[in-house]
Amino acid sequence: MSATFEVKPAPAVPAPPAAATARKPPRTSRRTQARRSLRRHWQLYLLVVVPLAYFVIFKYVPIANAVIAFKNYSPIKGPWGSDWVGFRNFELFFQNPVFWTLVKNTFLLSVYTVLASFPIPIILAIALNEIRNGRFKKLVQLVTYAPYFISTVVVVSMTILVLSPRLGFVNDAIGLFGVPSVDFLGNPDYFRHIYVWSDVWQTTGYSAVIYLAALSGIDPALHESARIDGASRLQRIRHVDLPGIMPTAVIILVLGVGNIMSIGFEKAFLLQNPLNTAQSEIIATYVYKTGLLNADFSMATAIGLFNSVINLFLLLGVNFAAKRITGNGLWS
Amino acid sequence: MSITLQGFRRTSVKRSERTTIEETRTDKIFLLGVRIMLWIALILVAVPLIYIVANSFSSPSAVSAGRVLLWPIEPSLRAYKEAFSDPLIMKGYLNSFIYAIGGTLISVTLTIAIAYPLSRRTFFGRNVIMSVLIFTMLFSGGLIPTYLVVQDLGMLNTRWAMVIPSAIGVWQVIIARTFFRSTIPDELYEAATIDGASDLRFLWSIVLPLSKPVIAVIALMYAIFQWNSYFDALIYLKDPGLYPLQIVLRNVLILNTLTGSTTTTSLAQQLEQQQLANVLKYALIVISSLPVLIIYPFVARHFTKGVMVGAVKG
Repeated sequence: MSATFEVKPAPAVPAPPAAATARKPPRTSRRTQARRSLRRHWQLYLLVVVPLAYFVIFKYVPIANAVIAFKNYSPIKGPWGSDWVGFRNFELFFQNPVFWTLVKNTFLLSVYTVLASFPIPIILAIALNEIRNGRFKKLVQLVTYAPYFISTVVVVSMTILVLSPRLGFVNDAIGLFGVPSVDFLGNPDYFRHIYVWSDVWQTTGYSAVIYLAALSGIDPALHESARIDGASRLQRIRHVDLPGIMPTAVIILVLGVGNIMSIGFEKAFLLQNPLNTAQSEIIATYVYKTGLLNADFSMATAIGLFNSVINLFLLLGVNFAAKRITGNGLWS
Repeated sequence: MSITLQGFRRTSVKRSERTTIEETRTDKIFLLGVRIMLWIALILVAVPLIYIVANSFSSPSAVSAGRVLLWPIEPSLRAYKEAFSDPLIMKGYLNSFIYAIGGTLISVTLTIAIAYPLSRRTFFGRNVIMSVLIFTMLFSGGLIPTYLVVQDLGMLNTRWAMVIPSAIGVWQVIIARTFFRSTIPDELYEAATIDGASDLRFLWSIVLPLSKPVIAVIALMYAIFQWNSYFDALIYLKDPGLYPLQIVLRNVLILNTLTGSTTTTSLAQQLEQQQLANVLKYALIVISSLPVLIIYPFVARHFTKGVMVGAVKG
């Protein structure tokens, strides 16, 4: 990650006379290095203790606890004392008729989200970058950025109110064209559109800011020389701006695609109602219901683990592919 | 980055003495298109926000009739009076403030405590620790295993459950670490050591005062996150007295459970109660989002800067 910064400290042991002891010195020097660092910077190690304990307790102990996915968890025996059942929970889940529905709903919802929320911020950022009028530009940025700071609960409430069949203005608006009132949230077919477009509404301004920063990092000399050569604005966007923000775009796309199976619980759960579960039930909401409402801890953990593993492989795979194709990845 | 410019038609450059080049006609049309697009974006984002605010200041009957669009009709503050006199909503407000302030203090302290050592090149083992942190971004034990930990620690249904399990964000650690690394030169540390300062002394007296911008940014990130979060409360809290505002909002706005006890008798009263409940929703949205939206324009710039600092690879 920081190869260029890494200034190797002077070897503790004077450099050995070449080949003869070539294997040993680095190891001892590494150990002395550690000991010396610990002695000199014990205060830094002291600082790290509590935060590290946090990560161990709240991130790594849960990973160990996930062993209950392979057990029949009993609260009395605890995660380690419970009886092994092997892969039975997984088998039961795969055989459950709800399995394919969950996978399909989760997958389609995320793919749709990525497809919609990837290009729109780029377009907004490029458009903002094109105009010079300071005030108008600031106003657009300020307003489009604002929804990002509103909570999910509020965004979902707003969505419900605006789309409400009786009070919402969306139904008033389509009523002007003679279309009868639609109960958007009561129809499973509308769920994905509502989910995705309210998401776009909320996050476009925020995501655009990231691209705007990338755009401002482009060397103005490139634009000037393109201009002198007679490139129109559209041509400059195509040949200067787009290549310039490519690395940023790839990272964001990789993160988006890599997280395809881990789409957030909060919003789907809040938008859910008994009428639209056919499409709104995703893995995350199902885990919540199985685990906390039905108290089937082992099954819920198994489903969660299945999801986490798939997601990890997806992320690594997509990152690998992106690195191969474009030379940009998460850890380049 | 390869730029191919062959085939571009050379446009004659008039008034070449001036620093700005005249826009061509196609560019002018293009710019007009861009402007129209931005206006549409502005309207699409702003209209729902204005709609909510306008409704919240209207009379209950106008709201229930769906007559309000972008301007309050029969202006009234009934909904706000009702909201501010509801004990559950006020309790939620207070709780949210407690969680936001307490959580932010804990989070910022812990984040700096790990980010600063990680920024020091002489800190042996920093790469291992960083990997330990990054891995948690890629893989997690899941909902139930984490719930079991919180349960075992006896935090269920306590205020601690709101601030401890999500105390440190890896992203925030990276932002702070990158800032320390890029703004605190090694020479400064060496000079301070020669003057006899210990690591902690150096952090306290030199690094922290120099790092106010990044501390402000991560504090605001944590505070806004805490204010807006409802998931932890949903799974860890049972006692309504501990509920943060977001849970109260969900109960009122989405589950449609009225907070006030309805001891209504007549039909007219019931109707009025129902109308009030409608407008109350709009007012609640405004009230709950206000603290965040008020501070946001002032911090937006720093917020972006902070995100950028973290995004710089290093």
